[in-house]
Amino acid sequence: MAELHGIMAEYEKPGDLVAAIHKVREAGFRNMDAYTPYPIEEVIEALDFKTKMPLLVLCAGIIGCLGGFGLQYWVSVIEYPMNYGGRPLNSWPAFIPITFECTILLCALTATFGMIAMNGLPMPYHPVFNVAAFREKAGTNGYFLCIEASDPKFASAREALSGTNASEVNDVEA
Amino acid sequence: MDTMDRVSEQPSPRHVIVAPGQTSVTVTEKISSLVFGKTPLWWFGAFSVSFLLLQVFLISVATLFVKGIGLWGINIPVGWGWDIINFVWWIGIGHAGTLISAILLLFRQEWRNSINRFAEAMTLFAVACAGQYPLLHLGRPQIFYWLMPYPNSSGYWPQFRSPLVWDVFAVSTYALTSLLFWYVGLIPDLGTLRDRSKNKFIAFLFGGLALGWRGSSRHWANYESAYLLLAGISTPLVLSVHTIVSFDFSIGIVPGWHTTVFPPYFVAGAVFAGFAMVMILAIPTRALFKLEAYITMRHFDNMAKVTLVTGLIVVYGYFVEVFMAWYSANDFEWFMVTNRFFGPYKYQYWLLLLCNAVIPQLLWLKRIRTNLPMLFLISLVISVGMWLERFVIIVISLSRDYMPSAWDIYHGTIWDVGTFVGTIGLFLTLMFLFLRVLPAIPMSEIKMILPEAKLKNEEAH
Repeated sequence: MAELHGIMAEYEKPGDLVAAIHKVREAGFRNMDAYTPYPIEEVIEALDFKTKMPLLVLCAGIIGCLGGFGLQYWVSVIEYPMNYGGRPLNSWPAFIPITFECTILLCALTATFGMIAMNGLPMPYHPVFNVAAFREKAGTNGYFLCIEASDPKFASAREALSGTNASEVNDVEA
Repeated sequence: MDTMDRVSEQPSPRHVIVAPGQTSVTVTEKISSLVFGKTPLWWFGAFSVSFLLLQVFLISVATLFVKGIGLWGINIPVGWGWDIINFVWWIGIGHAGTLISAILLLFRQEWRNSINRFAEAMTLFAVACAGQYPLLHLGRPQIFYWLMPYPNSSGYWPQFRSPLVWDVFAVSTYALTSLLFWYVGLIPDLGTLRDRSKNKFIAFLFGGLALGWRGSSRHWANYESAYLLLAGISTPLVLSVHTIVSFDFSIGIVPGWHTTVFPPYFVAGAVFAGFAMVMILAIPTRALFKLEAYITMRHFDNMAKVTLVTGLIVVYGYFVEVFMAWYSANDFEWFMVTNRFFGPYKYQYWLLLLCNAVIPQLLWLKRIRTNLPMLFLISLVISVGMWLERFVIIVISLSRDYMPSAWDIYHGTIWDVGTFVGTIGLFLTLMFLFLRVLPAIPMSEIKMILPEAKLKNEEAH
């Protein structure tokens, strides 16, 4: 038998998937992931997945804000000071629009590329695509739960998943 | 923050945002068939016309590069003509896309889910068109990068106190953020298309763009958060962009420009014009692609209402301009108003009021809001009106400001028309390509609002 990435169960309804996650987690399984065609808050909560995205984007925003203002201050006061009709060199109200835009820009770049990086993308190969039903339905109407081989109780994973309302249980070859 | 709130109660037929009987399977099949199916005949016709117009753009720009911007009608004092009018017009149109995708997402307006992809694409292409004008107006577009702050051998830097430099930052941030937001929204759908494509090469293309997306809940947790945050930052961004565009005028001392009503009035005008453009695009697309199940009358009713409200804010702006000119007791401001009413460009002014203040009042009637041919016509009228508004603001004020000896009359030339028609060609070409090769309606977001996604009801049964 080929080496396994995990055991994958398929559900027809999102509600069944949520119930199954609760059941196998109560049974002591921990290393698992669910696959759904659209985001389902209950599934993410049941799996206890937390995201660090807000903190990351907040930090990016602060850096963008300070960097944007810093750039303008450095150029206008230190590197290239020019006296325009006696106006102060650090005419900060005029620097607000660009400071704001730099804040937004860094937040947007961080949210996008942070999401891609934290998800481990781009990923040209992943074992779950070895399951035919997954390829066919994961983007349409299939709700999948996969207990991974790294789980300490993996030996009894097939049994546990068969005990849920799964329509199909498959091996996932690594 | 949970799906329960997002999934509304069983809607009455009048309020339906996705037609009854739609399931995840029908949604996926219908929308991916738009991409994988045979190219419809009408598409070739529409694309050919757009592509022809794009050639007009290439000819206009090539001639401009050879001869210089003297080709346009601009003169001194009217240094900003059709080019800046078109810039503001296009960038304004883009704003409705961001409003639909970001602001309506934050307000949990589920009806936005069917039209947001489409509207975001419109934003992106409208900003691409808008971006042409300031660059072409530079006269020497090959050195556009002088606008950006970078260490250079001459040792000089941009003037950060100038609204024109703010504009560079605002528009480039807007273009980039819109692109990212659009792409992030596309990733799950690209994954679905990768899994459904029969052709290896196409699967490889979509697979590359989807980056290996597999719908894992770990992915979704980060994705949902990133998407909400992008919406959260796009909301102030879109307001700031047109505010900064209005600063290009209101920071100056030209009569008719130097007023504080400009930022809100510009933003409202942008949304007004943008929703009109969404309807101009959505009405034929819905009919040609048979998307009645996803873009329902509720969408048009809602969009018409937003158009009506923002139109009224714009009318308020027109009123305030006149009132402040009188109330300020400034001779030059008051002259500007009488010059608009009775001067050489009076027809443009009164036509603007007809297009933007009078005709859109028809949208008060439910009968009109649910009549697609009428909505289409009114949207066209609004687009013309919003173009005239920018003409009135820019040309009337510049052509007669302070010193009568410095006055001059301005008319666009054939090359101004060519460049404008050409950007319409650019916009439509990009739009038709988008409609053909990418899912015009977000599959994963439609599935979120389908009855089968309701967990609560299911458990109660």
